[in-house]
Amino acid sequence: MSGYLEGVLVLLAINIVYAYAAFLPIAAGQLNLGIAGFAVIGGYFSAFVSNQLAVSPLLAIPLGGAVAGLVGLAVAVPVLRTRGIYLALATFALGEMVRAGILNLEVVGGAAGYPVTAFIRLPTIALFTLGVVGLVWLLFSTRFGIAITAVHDDERVADLMGLNVRAFQVAAFTMGSAIAGIGGGLYAHHFSYIEAQYFSISLSISIVLYVLFGGTQSVLGPLLGATVFTLLPELLRGSAQWRYVIFAAILIVVMVVRPQGLVTGTQIRRLLGLRSEFDRKEQAT
Amino acid sequence: MTGPDPILIFDAVSKHFGGLAVIEDLSFSVRRGSCTGLIGPNGAGKTTVFNLITGVYPIDTGRILLDGVDIARIPSRRRIHHGVARNFQNIRLMPHLSALENILIGQHCRNSGFLGVLQPVNLIPGNRWREEARAALAEAGLAQIENATVGSLPYGLQKRIELLRALMAQPRLLLLDEPAAGLNPAETDALREDITAICRDRGITLLVVEHDMHFVDALCSEVVVLNFGRKIAEGSPDRVREDALVREAYLGTAAAEQTHA
Repeated sequence: MSGYLEGVLVLLAINIVYAYAAFLPIAAGQLNLGIAGFAVIGGYFSAFVSNQLAVSPLLAIPLGGAVAGLVGLAVAVPVLRTRGIYLALATFALGEMVRAGILNLEVVGGAAGYPVTAFIRLPTIALFTLGVVGLVWLLFSTRFGIAITAVHDDERVADLMGLNVRAFQVAAFTMGSAIAGIGGGLYAHHFSYIEAQYFSISLSISIVLYVLFGGTQSVLGPLLGATVFTLLPELLRGSAQWRYVIFAAILIVVMVVRPQGLVTGTQIRRLLGLRSEFDRKEQAT
Repeated sequence: MTGPDPILIFDAVSKHFGGLAVIEDLSFSVRRGSCTGLIGPNGAGKTTVFNLITGVYPIDTGRILLDGVDIARIPSRRRIHHGVARNFQNIRLMPHLSALENILIGQHCRNSGFLGVLQPVNLIPGNRWREEARAALAEAGLAQIENATVGSLPYGLQKRIELLRALMAQPRLLLLDEPAAGLNPAETDALREDITAICRDRGITLLVVEHDMHFVDALCSEVVVLNFGRKIAEGSPDRVREDALVREAYLGTAAAEQTHA
C-alpha cells in the first residue's frame, strides 16, 4: 500500500471516529461544538500515559477515551442545561478552554506540542474504528437507540412516557466525548506528535458537518458523511486549486436537495427490505 | 363528592398561569372501572386537567390522588409508572421513529432500568418486547405499517398508533383527549366499540375529553362538566344535560341539539 493511500485511509478512519463522537449528542438533539476539545483531552492523556508509563497504545488510547468521557460527564450536567444556540456556544467555549489550558500545560510541551514515542499504523486504527462503529451500531439496536430518537423528537412526550430525558442526554454526550477522546488518541499515536492548535473550532465544525451531511437519523449517516468529506477532496485533486470550490459546491447542492442528510431511518428500513405500503406511497409522491 | 371506590380523586386543585385562573378549586373523582367524560366549552380547562394529572404543569394547590397516592408530588416522568397514560389532542408521536418503534416507546415504563434500556429490540428478531409490540399492532390490524415512519402516515392511523402506545404502558387509568376528533361517524363508532372492549377486558378506567356529545353519551356512564376552570355539574350524561348551568354554558349547542331531536 502506498504511503499516500495509507495516509488517506488513516485520516478516513479517524474522521469516522470523530463523526460518531458528534453523532451521539446530535441524535439526542444536542449540538456539541466542543468535539475537538474532548479529542485533545483523549489525545494528550493517552500520549502522556504511553510516553511516561510505557503503556501500550492499545491500552493508552481507550484510557484517553475514558478520561475524555469522564470530563464529558462532569461538564454535561451544567452544560446541557442550556439549549439550542446557547448549548452550541457553551460547548464551543468548553473546547476552546481545554485547548487554551493544554497550550499552557508545560508538562506536555505547552505550545510547542508533544511528541509521542509509540506508533500505530492503519490496521490498529482501522480496528479501533471498527470497534467504535460496531459499538454504536449495537447500542442503537437496543431500546437506547429508540429512546435517544424519542428524546430528540419530543422531550415532553418522552418524559411523560417515563423516559429519563436528562439521563439519556447526559449519556449520549458522555459517550460522544469518550469516542472523541479515542479519536484524539489514534491521531496522536499515528502522527507521533500532537499539538493543541490543531484541535480548533474549525475541526469541531467539520466533524459536525460530517454528521449533518451524512444524516443525523441513522447510524450509517456519520460513516457516510465522514467518508465523503475525507475522500471527495482527494478525488478532486486532479483540478488542483479548484478542488475546494468544487467540493463546497457539491456540499451546497446536496444540502439543498437532501436537507435531512444522505441517509435516513426510512431509507435504511427500505434497504433492508422492510418496506411498507405507506413508504411506497410516500416514495411515489 | 367522592363516589364509591374512586381510582382518581381531584381534591381542591387550583392552577393559575400568572393572574389567570385556569383551574379553580376543582374537586371530582373518577370511579374505578368507569368511563368518565370530562366536557365543557372551549377553554374550560379540560386539557389542563390532563396536563395536571400527567405533570406537564405542576399544580398550585390541592392534591391529585391516584389509588391513594398523591401523584402531584411525583415527577412527571414517574407518573406513568403509577399507571396513568394518555394521548394528546394534537397527535404527538415520534416522527422519526417507525410505527413499531413508537409502540416500543410505550413499553418504556416497564423497561426503564439499565438492563431494560439495553434490550436489543432491533437486533434480535424474536425479542420478547419487540414481539409484544408487533402483536399489538397486528391485533389492531396495523401489521402492514409496522416499519413505516409515522410522520408519513395518515392522520387516522397516527391516532390509532398513539392510542396503542398509551395502552402499551398497561395503565390503570387512561386519559384520552378528543379521541374522536377528525374521525368520520363510522370511524367514531368503531373507535367507541374498540375503546369499550379494551377498557372492559383490561380493567382500565377511562377519563375522556370529548366535544362529540353523542360519543360521550354512548361511551360514558358519568360526566364532569367544567366551565372557566370550575366544575359546574357532574352525574350521568342525562342528568347533566338537564342541568341549568350546563345548558347555559352550552346554550347554542344544546338548543341546536334539541331542535334536531
